Amino acid sequence: MCGIVGLLVRNPKMRDSIGELMLPMLIGMTERGPDSAGLAMFGAPVGADERKFSLYSGVADFNWTKLGHDFEKHLSIKAKVEPKANHAVLTTTLEPATVKIWLKEHYPQLHLLSVGQLMDIYKDVGTPAQVAERYDFKNFKGTHLVGHTRMATESAITPAHAHPFTAGEDWCLVHNGSLSNANSLRRKLEYQGIEFETDNDTEAACRYLQWRMREGDDLETALNHGFEELDGFYTLLMGTSNQLALVRDPFGCKPAIIAEHDDYVAIASEFRSLAHLPDIKNAKVFEPSPKEMYVWKL
Amino acid sequence: METLKYNPDIFDLDVTPLREVNQFLHGDASGLNGKSVVIENPNGAHNIAVGLKSDIDVTIKGHAGYYAAGMNQIAKVTIEGSAGSGVAENMMSGVVHVKGFASNAAAATANGGLLIIDGDAGLRTAIALKGADVVVGGSVGSFSAFMAQAGNFVILGDAGEGLGDSIYEAKIFVRGTVKSLGADCEEKTTSPEDRKILADLLVKSGHADVNPDSFQQYGSARTLYHFHVDNAGAY
Repeated sequence: MCGIVGLLVRNPKMRDSIGELMLPMLIGMTERGPDSAGLAMFGAPVGADERKFSLYSGVADFNWTKLGHDFEKHLSIKAKVEPKANHAVLTTTLEPATVKIWLKEHYPQLHLLSVGQLMDIYKDVGTPAQVAERYDFKNFKGTHLVGHTRMATESAITPAHAHPFTAGEDWCLVHNGSLSNANSLRRKLEYQGIEFETDNDTEAACRYLQWRMREGDDLETALNHGFEELDGFYTLLMGTSNQLALVRDPFGCKPAIIAEHDDYVAIASEFRSLAHLPDIKNAKVFEPSPKEMYVWKL
Repeated sequence: METLKYNPDIFDLDVTPLREVNQFLHGDASGLNGKSVVIENPNGAHNIAVGLKSDIDVTIKGHAGYYAAGMNQIAKVTIEGSAGSGVAENMMSGVVHVKGFASNAAAATANGGLLIIDGDAGLRTAIALKGADVVVGGSVGSFSAFMAQAGNFVILGDAGEGLGDSIYEAKIFVRGTVKSLGADCEEKTTSPEDRKILADLLVKSGHADVNPDSFQQYGSARTLYHFHVDNAGAY
């Protein structure tokens, strides 16, 4: 069991309080996922030639200032490092491939959670309330987000195993369910040159979609291929720079409920997480059909 | 809101823990019979009004979570919003009325009573039905009435894939289209007795205006669960 939440704020006036709106949604999914939680937040874009790198350190007292200095010294380029507990967002104009190589060489102990112009990722172990408090989710501002609460069933409880997972810039995925062919998918994809960071089944789904899109599929075509190749139970919620997308497996084994309102679109595993949204009484609340793709654009 | 017959007891789940409300509803029947109870702010909580066993009228004013009115006996439970998975699961008697939609496995293994869903119902509705009546005003998802043993299942809309797979003696009536039938489920000709069952259920569920003759009946071809003489040598 896990919990998923998604929120896309249509009303520009409410975007400064997206964190506050989301918090009860995430906490509402605590019973479904008490061991870790994560959030992908799509906020204000960095400059056109800049990228944000979400980083995670396993040790709490990591010296982020030193990382910034080393980066600027070694690579002779400006970088902004904004730490938040175990996480930091590094912003630079240097191209991602070079940044990744540099990080691997000089800071192999760090996890690179995401790269993009809009998206920051935070994920950690603890209850959703603890994780939200640690990273101050309540005060996040932005247009849309994807969140997850995890109850691990198939791999370890670590920040790296928590969701969301990413596959490409400003692209993330969370999963409720379990895949039975994750290992064979991983072998197939590794043969295609796709790199894995964990043995998590959701990462296999994420990398599968990444591979399909690398081969030229758009998201919808990639997901249609996914219906054929992903064996197991899943509700998948994906976030891109300007949209949220949702699919459920053909047997509808894992839940989802949607509230569409003039001001927002909210998605959760259960209505419990939508109940406290403003004016929810006037939202159109419905359950998505299995094997259908739902997309909401900004 | 309908006029209530008796002084209602109103519970607000934002104030009173659900466990206390359910314990009240499980109290001695002599004190509860004939009572009307309103539950406000259900907000998708699980297990609301489960295991009722007295002649009580419960109205849930909003969306209910999983297993609402599960194992119901005698009581009437009305959910004014939608219901999560397993509404009226294993109901024995009484009436459960969902005014919105219902998620998966509504009325699973229900032995008796009547479940009315005004909207759509999810996958596996009436799975392993054991004798209850189920009327769905909208459509039902795939694998509904899987291994349904007894009871009547009326669908005013459409049915998904694999309807009535491995069905025993439950009766299914569908007004719309069926995407596909499951193994051993076939079209049936509606007998006058079955037509009366259907007509009565339409009246009871607020669909008196719907013509019983607009339904197609489905049931078991009885090729799966009967002993077959060709297999005698295997024993």
